[in-house]
Amino acid sequence: MSTTPKNPAAGRDIVLPQDPARLAVAAKGRLRASKWLLLRRVSQALALVLFLTGPLLGVWIMRGTLASSEILGVVPFTDPLVFVQSLAAGHGLIATAWIGAALLVALYVVFGGRAFCSWVCPVNVLTDGAHRLRVRLGIKQGLQISRSARLWALAAVVAVSALAGSIAWEVVNPVTLLHRELVFGVVFTGSLAWMLIGGVVLFDIFAANRGWCGHLCPVGAAYGLIGTASLTRVSARARDACDQCMACYHVCPEPHVINPALKGGEGETPVILSRDCTNCGRCIDICHRDVFAFTHRFDHRTVEPANDTEPKSRPAAPAAAE
Amino acid sequence: MTTRKGTGQGGPSRRAMLTGTAKAVGVAAVFGLGLHTIVAGQATVKAAQALRPPGALADERDFLAACTRCGLCVRACPYDTLKLAGVADEAPIGTPFFTARDVPCEMCEDIPCVVACPTGALDHGLTDITKADMGVAVLIDRTTCLNMLGLRCDVCYRVCPLIDEAITLDMRPNTRTGVHAIFEPTVHPDACTGCGKCEKACVLPEAAAIKVLPREVALGSSAEHYRLGWEEKRKHGEALIQDTIDLPDRGYSPDHVESTPSGGLKGFKP
Repeated sequence: MSTTPKNPAAGRDIVLPQDPARLAVAAKGRLRASKWLLLRRVSQALALVLFLTGPLLGVWIMRGTLASSEILGVVPFTDPLVFVQSLAAGHGLIATAWIGAALLVALYVVFGGRAFCSWVCPVNVLTDGAHRLRVRLGIKQGLQISRSARLWALAAVVAVSALAGSIAWEVVNPVTLLHRELVFGVVFTGSLAWMLIGGVVLFDIFAANRGWCGHLCPVGAAYGLIGTASLTRVSARARDACDQCMACYHVCPEPHVINPALKGGEGETPVILSRDCTNCGRCIDICHRDVFAFTHRFDHRTVEPANDTEPKSRPAAPAAAE
Repeated sequence: MTTRKGTGQGGPSRRAMLTGTAKAVGVAAVFGLGLHTIVAGQATVKAAQALRPPGALADERDFLAACTRCGLCVRACPYDTLKLAGVADEAPIGTPFFTARDVPCEMCEDIPCVVACPTGALDHGLTDITKADMGVAVLIDRTTCLNMLGLRCDVCYRVCPLIDEAITLDMRPNTRTGVHAIFEPTVHPDACTGCGKCEKACVLPEAAAIKVLPREVALGSSAEHYRLGWEEKRKHGEALIQDTIDLPDRGYSPDHVESTPSGGLKGFKP
């Protein structure tokens, strides 16, 4: 992405990648311009706190880790990828695991597959930080990783589970390693886990933009597959109000998902249907013209701009949409 | 997909996509090989050393196919016996194990760790904790064990939840004093659950003289190619071969042979 984008509206402020929130903050205030980000951080914190009230305070809400857990000792959860690996490794799981995996799949079909990535996963907090640092350091170079890389990584993980007869990814999975570390505090003695997690952060800062969560993580790929059918989706419903400030592209962890919805022509849905979308809602925050909103995947309505003080013609859809 | 902006019908865009995919497949294959090496290495190197929770699938490979490393068994353990392995521990990372010398298994009758396991890595078929098989106790150091020195410690025997079944005290003469007995703690692997209370209780200051080891480490394989004469005789009800010719014993020809009540030869000293 260029540092000096071709300014579509002459005379307007150019939104620099260093501060994509500037217009939104000016238009809506800092709080509303960070609403979903803050909620997301609260949710990510809860994903730890609910597991920690038990060992720390004796109030057991969630037990276990992100691999398998139970709420209040009743409702079981089992991570779908862990479940699939166990099956591939040749273990017919007992009913609890089947129910637990089905519940999580159902939950993420409702709230968005990769909502796990942006609302629950502890690694996301670190890689978001890594991305901020990368932008601040002005690092532009990086590996170009294929969009399909994470699917191949996912396939490899399942294949290795089958070959080794063991739930393979859990040996090195940064997601559960970090969560287990924080909830059980067991890995402090060895540095391998922290090296892995540190490696992910360094990789995201120096090697590839949004490298881990955005391109490689097989856990995210698995949740992405669930998200193919996810009900909750972001819609660029007021796309007519878009003034091409590009802020959403700057903050989106998966910028390619925006284009078809935001730049779609007449009759094309404004809903972001890509399974890569993490439902993080950052585009909703950052848009100073309130183009985006959460809705469900069947809501194809577009709405007129709410406070369109500067009416302008819709930008032509790029050639790719043809 | 990355290059949908390509203009022609499969010019640079298709080529870029194909090479991109090929790269991704190649990298994924290398990644898979690396992962396989790590996984296989961990399973074999660390398998035989860890004591698993009760009901853990006996084959370590089966266990690692089922255990999600979630820690629910650890949370269920009322005595904080179970731990999740860190990198430096003797079990593959994140899997549950216990160190008997620190906290042994208290053998809860309701076996909450097994009940908590969501995948069956701990076999829910185990409902009687005395049938658990976490390992086997072995009197591993016969030179420091106080009982073997002729003292009456007996602690490992006394604390055994299956006293007189899993551990017995076998008497034999104390040849040092000539008049006392040595009460040798003897573990019976068929009954021992591997709970580790004996190892925990051993009074020696640092390492215990009796230790729980995984079964495959502790035991030799049984000599199935041997027929044990006394077993065969017992099964048959009488000696298998009758009317054997009793040849004279060479080099032993006392003038007068007197039998003992037990059937031996009086005065026989090999």
